[in-house]
Amino acid sequence: MHEYSIVQSLLDTCEKNAVKNAATKVTRVVVKIGVMSGVEPDLLKTAFDIFKENTLCDGCEFIIHIQPIVVKCRVCEAQSTLQKLEYLCPECQSLELDVIDGEEMYLMQLELE
Amino acid sequence: MCKDCGCSIVEHSHEHQSAHAHLHDNPQLNDKKTIEIITKILDKNDHEAEHNRQHFDTHGVLCINLMSSPGSGKTTLLEYLSEVADFTFGVIEGDLETSRDTDRLKAKGIQAHQIQTGSACHLDAFMVHKALHHIDLNTIDVCFIENVGNLVCPASYDVGSHLSIVLVSIPEGEDKIVKYPVMFRKADLILFTKIDLLPYFEYDIAKEKEMARKLRPNVDILEVSTKDEESLKKVAQWIRFKMEMR
Ligand SMILES: Nc1nc2c(ncn2[C@@H]2O[C@H](COP(=O)(O)OP(=O)(O)O)[C@@H](O)[C@H]2O)c(=O)[nH]1
Ligand SMILES: [Mg+2]
Ligand SMILES: [Zn+2]
Ligand SMILES: [Zn+2]
Ligand SMILES: [Zn+2]
Repeated sequence: MHEYSIVQSLLDTCEKNAVKNAATKVTRVVVKIGVMSGVEPDLLKTAFDIFKENTLCDGCEFIIHIQPIVVKCRVCEAQSTLQKLEYLCPECQSLELDVIDGEEMYLMQLELE
Repeated sequence: MCKDCGCSIVEHSHEHQSAHAHLHDNPQLNDKKTIEIITKILDKNDHEAEHNRQHFDTHGVLCINLMSSPGSGKTTLLEYLSEVADFTFGVIEGDLETSRDTDRLKAKGIQAHQIQTGSACHLDAFMVHKALHHIDLNTIDVCFIENVGNLVCPASYDVGSHLSIVLVSIPEGEDKIVKYPVMFRKADLILFTKIDLLPYFEYDIAKEKEMARKLRPNVDILEVSTKDEESLKKVAQWIRFKMEMR
């Protein structure tokens, strides 16, 4: 259950940003979780709700955007969202792809008070 | 200077984060403000991983992250590699709380250091950094990190390795690759291990390979068995080839 250690990093970054902006409270946290980031959104939410207590994020809203895999084809240059777990260009079947999104997890936005 | 070890690698400051964090005040609200801060959640780990890679790079050491379920044959592979490899290697051992695996490796004359992972389900770059200073990088060509036996969590953490080898053993059964796609997507080399046991299991290895290549079209794949020295030599050759690429 590495979602717990991921939440620790997340809370840490939220608090640092709150302090930097002279805020006393974080009221909303928005994250983007790639479907291939290795994180279960449900577990992340549960872990966040447990660990936010006694931090500046206590009581805040937690919004998870689930990001599908987006690839850019090096052959036909089409940018596509993959509908299934098969790394192949849906336009031209090429295997030469650059992954643009969907494999990482990001903190996107904070609402501070 | 590296803060933990005093090593001569220059620690570039965390200030660079602010370069890609865009702050916008929200003019509609007086008491609330929204800031757009696009930061990787594991940013600090990634930063430390980069630092670890610099350690390896300055010593010309190739670092390989070994990952699999418990019991797939990671430690066994390392034991056998010591007999067939024409390079020297050390091992950062994170697989078990006890030092059993480390003892097995040391008995083979391999330089090994045990990380006390406690109940951790994966290694992170900070744990590896600490261990790094117990390994003499001057005397080895390759440093393996035997990760915690787990096909989920270790996939999310860059530990500072250059390459990942993911093992999957025949007795674990089919569909491991489709069930743990994030892990197999990370693999530079997939090793099907305990291949000597194929006659005793219903295991369509061609189908598993096909699945692996859907996730990672250019992945390298080898089949190994401790009963077949040639198969182990191929693993050593693959590593040797990658060593010469750095
Ligand atoms: N039959 C067979 N057994 C193997 C092979 N490789 C490893 N094993 C056995 O699998 C068990 C677990 O191996 P180990 O290296 O401890 O797995 P680890 O948890 O991934 O480090 C041990 O009993 C090994 O002897 C193999 O190629 N063939
Ligand atoms: Mg082991
Ligand atoms: Zn875990
Ligand atoms: Zn294409
Ligand atoms: Zn260091």
